[in-house]
Amino acid sequence: MSTSGAELLRNVKSQITEVDPAQVSELLHEGAVVIDVRGSEEFATGHLPGARSIPRGHLEQRIETVAPEREAELIVYCQSGVRSAYAARTLQQDLGYTNVRSMTGGITLWKDRGYEVEVPRMLSAEQRERYSRHLLIPEIGAEGQEKLLDAKVLLLGAGGLGSPTALYLAAAGVGTLGIVDDDVVDLSNLQRQVIHNSDRIGTPKVDSAAETIRALNPDVKVIGYQTRIDASNIMEIIEGYDVIVDGVDNFPTRYLLNDASVRLRIPVVSASILGFDGQLSVFKPYDGPCYRCLFREPPPAELAPSCGANGVLGVLPGTMGLLQATEVVKLILNIGEPAIGRLLLYDALAATLTEVRVHRDPECPICSRDPDEIADEEMGVFPDYEAFCAAAG
Amino acid sequence: MATVKIPPVLRASVGGERELSADGATIGEVLHSLTAAHPATEAQIFAGDGELNRYVNVYLNDEDVRVLEGLDTPVADGDTLVILPAMAGGG
Repeated sequence: MSTSGAELLRNVKSQITEVDPAQVSELLHEGAVVIDVRGSEEFATGHLPGARSIPRGHLEQRIETVAPEREAELIVYCQSGVRSAYAARTLQQDLGYTNVRSMTGGITLWKDRGYEVEVPRMLSAEQRERYSRHLLIPEIGAEGQEKLLDAKVLLLGAGGLGSPTALYLAAAGVGTLGIVDDDVVDLSNLQRQVIHNSDRIGTPKVDSAAETIRALNPDVKVIGYQTRIDASNIMEIIEGYDVIVDGVDNFPTRYLLNDASVRLRIPVVSASILGFDGQLSVFKPYDGPCYRCLFREPPPAELAPSCGANGVLGVLPGTMGLLQATEVVKLILNIGEPAIGRLLLYDALAATLTEVRVHRDPECPICSRDPDEIADEEMGVFPDYEAFCAAAG
Repeated sequence: MATVKIPPVLRASVGGERELSADGATIGEVLHSLTAAHPATEAQIFAGDGELNRYVNVYLNDEDVRVLEGLDTPVADGDTLVILPAMAGGG
C-alpha cells in the first residue's frame, strides 16, 4: 500500500524541527547559516538577507561548501515550508547535520510578517556572455562583476590618459563613468586619444567619448561634464564617485584635485606623461601619502612643460592609462596590492619600470589634518600660486 | 661612482643624456659634481639656501633621501640616484 504525499509530508515533519520566521529573524544576526533550497530563478526574485542558494537537487553535493562542520546551525527554507522539510530530513538523516531547522511557512510567511527580503541583482544572460572572461577568474566572478557594474569612476580628462582608461573601464563593465573635459576633438589629438576618431573633429570630447562608450558597452552610463574643473565646482562634481582617475595636464588642477579628494576621502589613481616617460601612483587618503606628500610644491612654470607643448610618444598614454585602469579595477574589487605609497616610473625607451617609495609626510599641509578642518579657500593653493598661474598663462 | 638618472625636464641641460655617472661620498657631493659638470642644472636642483628645491625629489635606489639623511646621506659605489621633479602632462 502506497503512502500519499500528504502522509509522507506529515511523516517527514514529525522527524525534523521547525522554526518560526520571528525566531529566524533573530538567528540571522547570530551567525546561523541560512539556506534557500528553491530553484535559482525563485532565489533571484528575492531571498532572506544573507541566505545562500542551494537548490534542493544540489543539496548533497554543495552543502559542504557553505557548512563544512556537521554541528553548524542551519536554517533551511523554501517558498512554503514543504521542500525545506524534505531538505532538512536529508541534511539530518543522510548527511549527519545535527543542528538543522526548517522555517515554517517559507518565504511566503516571512514576507507576510513584513520581514526584509533581499533582491539580488543578477547578471542577465547577455551580461554573463559579455563578462564571461571575468566570471572565469576566481578573484572577480559574478560578485566582482556586480561590484564593477555598481562602481562610479570619474575621469578627469578625455585626452591621452583618459581615452584608453575610459575605453577599458567601459569594456570591463564599470557601470558609471563620469568624464570631465571642456575641450573639443582636434586632429592633433588623434595620434594618441583613441576614444575619438577623424569624424569627431570639432565635437566636444565628452560627447565623442560617450558615443564610443555607448557603442562598446550599453551597460555603462556616461555622465559628461563639459567644463573645466576649478575650485568653484570640484566638490560638487567629485562627490559620490568611488575612484577618481587623474590625467589632467596642469599642476594647479592636480593640487586642487588632491585637496578635494582628501577632504572627501576618495582614492585617486594618478598618472602623468612626458616624452617617453610616465609616472603612476595611487593616492588613497589616510591609507597612504597624498600628492602633496610626494610633491610639496609644483615646479616653476618653465620646468613644468605640458605634453601639448613638448610632445609625447603616442602609445605612452596608452601604456600609462591602462596601468591606471588596472589600478582602478583593483581598488573597486579590493584585490591585489594597489600602488599606494609607491611611485612607478616607466621609461619607454629603456623599457624599464622603476619603483620608488612615497611616504606620508607628517607635516603635509593637507593630509596631516582632519578632513573637516580643510577649508574651501585652502584647496589647490600653494606658495606662488598666482605667479605660477600667470606664468603658465 | 654612482649612476644618476636624469628626468626629461633636465635632459636638455646635460646634453640630452638620460643617465650620467658622478662621483661623491654623499648625495650632496654626487649632486654637486653633477651641477659642476653641467652648470645649467644647478638652479633646477638646488634652492638659494643650498638645500634641494622643494619640487625636486631625490631617491637613493628606491628611497627618498628626505627620510634618510638628506644631502648628507652616504652613497656607495654602484648606487643609483633618481632625480624626480613633479610632472603634470596628461596628453
